[in-house]
Amino acid sequence: MTLDDLKNIGVDTEDGMARCMNNEAFYIKMVNMFLADESKFDALKSALDAGDLASAFEQAHALKGVCANLALTPLQTRISDITELLRSHTEMDYSDKYQEVMKCWDELKALA
Amino acid sequence: MSSKDTNEFVKFVLVVDDEEINREILGMILEGSYEVMYASDGQEALDTMRAFSDILGLVLLDIMMPRMDGYQVLEEMQSDPSLQKIPVIVLTSEKGAEIKSLKMGAADFLTKPYDRPEVILARVRHSIELYENTTLIQSTENDSLTGLYNREFFFNYCERYTKHNPDAAMDAVVININRFHLINALYGRHFGDKVLCAVSNRLRHVIQVRGGMACRYDADTFYLYVPHLEDYEELTNNVIIGVTEIIKDGDTRLRFGINSAIDTSMEIEENFSWALQACNSLRGQNSGTYAIYDSEMKEKAVRCARLMDDFETGISERQFKVYYQPKFNIKGNEPRLSSAEALIRWEHPVYGMISPGEFIPLFEDNGLIQKLDRYVWTEVGRQISEWHEKYGVYISVSVNVSRVDIYAHDLIDFFVNILTEYGIPADHYMLEITESAYTDNSEQLVNTLQELRALGFWIEMDDFGTGYSSLNMLSVLPIDILKVDKAFLSNIITDARARKMVELVLDIADFMEMPVVAEGVEKEEEYHILKKLGCDVIQGYYFSKPLPEAEMTKLLEERADDVR
Repeated sequence: MTLDDLKNIGVDTEDGMARCMNNEAFYIKMVNMFLADESKFDALKSALDAGDLASAFEQAHALKGVCANLALTPLQTRISDITELLRSHTEMDYSDKYQEVMKCWDELKALA
Repeated sequence: MSSKDTNEFVKFVLVVDDEEINREILGMILEGSYEVMYASDGQEALDTMRAFSDILGLVLLDIMMPRMDGYQVLEEMQSDPSLQKIPVIVLTSEKGAEIKSLKMGAADFLTKPYDRPEVILARVRHSIELYENTTLIQSTENDSLTGLYNREFFFNYCERYTKHNPDAAMDAVVININRFHLINALYGRHFGDKVLCAVSNRLRHVIQVRGGMACRYDADTFYLYVPHLEDYEELTNNVIIGVTEIIKDGDTRLRFGINSAIDTSMEIEENFSWALQACNSLRGQNSGTYAIYDSEMKEKAVRCARLMDDFETGISERQFKVYYQPKFNIKGNEPRLSSAEALIRWEHPVYGMISPGEFIPLFEDNGLIQKLDRYVWTEVGRQISEWHEKYGVYISVSVNVSRVDIYAHDLIDFFVNILTEYGIPADHYMLEITESAYTDNSEQLVNTLQELRALGFWIEMDDFGTGYSSLNMLSVLPIDILKVDKAFLSNIITDARARKMVELVLDIADFMEMPVVAEGVEKEEEYHILKKLGCDVIQGYYFSKPLPEAEMTKLLEERADDVR
């Protein structure tokens, strides 16, 4: 995975790199570390399926924070979307929203 | 530019976040400047803080965490005195969380996604400095002359060091400059400062090579905290060279006290106090530049502490015994019992009989001596009266009056009360005052003694010849009897000059019509010489050692006619 690969799918690598003191190897390592762990997405899905909005909010919020720090913009935008809906306890069918998140996720995963 | 490389002490920052990636990024930003520790949840954070509360400079705390969140951590910190003062920067992306956190005691906040690293570093540094300015670091860390730590920071940093390196064997070393006041007096303060700087430069070199830290503890005392060394030859020589380069008179000018492989479970100050004790043990000795604190010194310290603790019980249970050493008048054909000196012994329930040479200096240091002296004075009064009842004679007894006793406002009343209570004529109650007390040359001393004399008490000047009183003082001071110290007599058998000196003293006393008591007479020949030279009274093992009450009673029974 290179910075260009990430940039091509909309990642704000400049922002992410700056946060990592422009240490490219470290930044790529962090992104890979993020991509290696899908369990949080599973947890989010389980909470959504069970209608446990509070727990889903926590999961989404945590994912949003990491995405923001790594500047994974496309994924971050979609997770933010879900997070805000969950914050206001919006009862709805989240499966489409979740699918959008996972689409971005898979796109990133493909680079790993 | 990393402060971690240049600072002698690295500051610690704890990063608390449940997301590993967030922790990693912050760690990456901070670790160039700080020692970074991590915790992944609230409970772990509190545990780490409690374990490292004294070395922790700052906590970066995520608010939203599962189980225990950041607010709960802040709350716990506020209620724990050891954690209250550690500054916290909260990490949050939630609007409103900043205000709530600040209200709960946070020092600052950082938003997510994180700001630029330089912003984070600046805010971290700012919070740490703010905290240090208000708590720990109120004054400067360093001694202005030598640039070494001053003592407050030194102890603080020693403790942090040990906390961070709990398994490192460490030595506590105290370094003192011999007779530094003389260096100052002889060569001037500026030169004295030069010597101090030379020592500190060598110490700085030592810690550069071996690690550890050093401070100037006070005027001419330095403390050194170094990783354990088996052999101190090289280190001590290294430091000494710094001084001999300046003062080239070949004297060893430094002494080192070493507490080797200290017990880190104990307070650092205590460990250094033992090193200091080892250092003090070298005082006045010409041999040896360093002493290692050992079990013997430890036992001595324990014994001293025990004796002080046991003092009150000793008094109330009458463990202190008054002994009487007879004095004999040698003017006539046969020596006659004339009087006695009251001496104190301690029959300690654990240590057995302890000589006054051991406990009196201890009690002089803390004022207990006054209570002990008064105990003896009263006991002597009772005894004189008891002997009078038994044998119909008053035997004169002298008691020792310590330098500190003289300045008690009720001293005279106390003695007068003894005479009244036991019905003793004042001229049978003699007061021995050591020569060195007179060198205070205090008006109060002279006035007090004059008043006592006017009441009829006899005043003996004790230890004459050991102090520095000039001869003309003898004519001015209120003295009835001159008691010549044993040291004066030591060579009179073999040395004609020594004999001549004693003769001179006796002549002077004779001229001033002052009787002379010679103390510490042990040999028959000494007795004969003193008799020939015209000495009046003799005290010493030649006639009798100090006797317990019962034996003194027996002697008096046999010789009651002597004192009649």
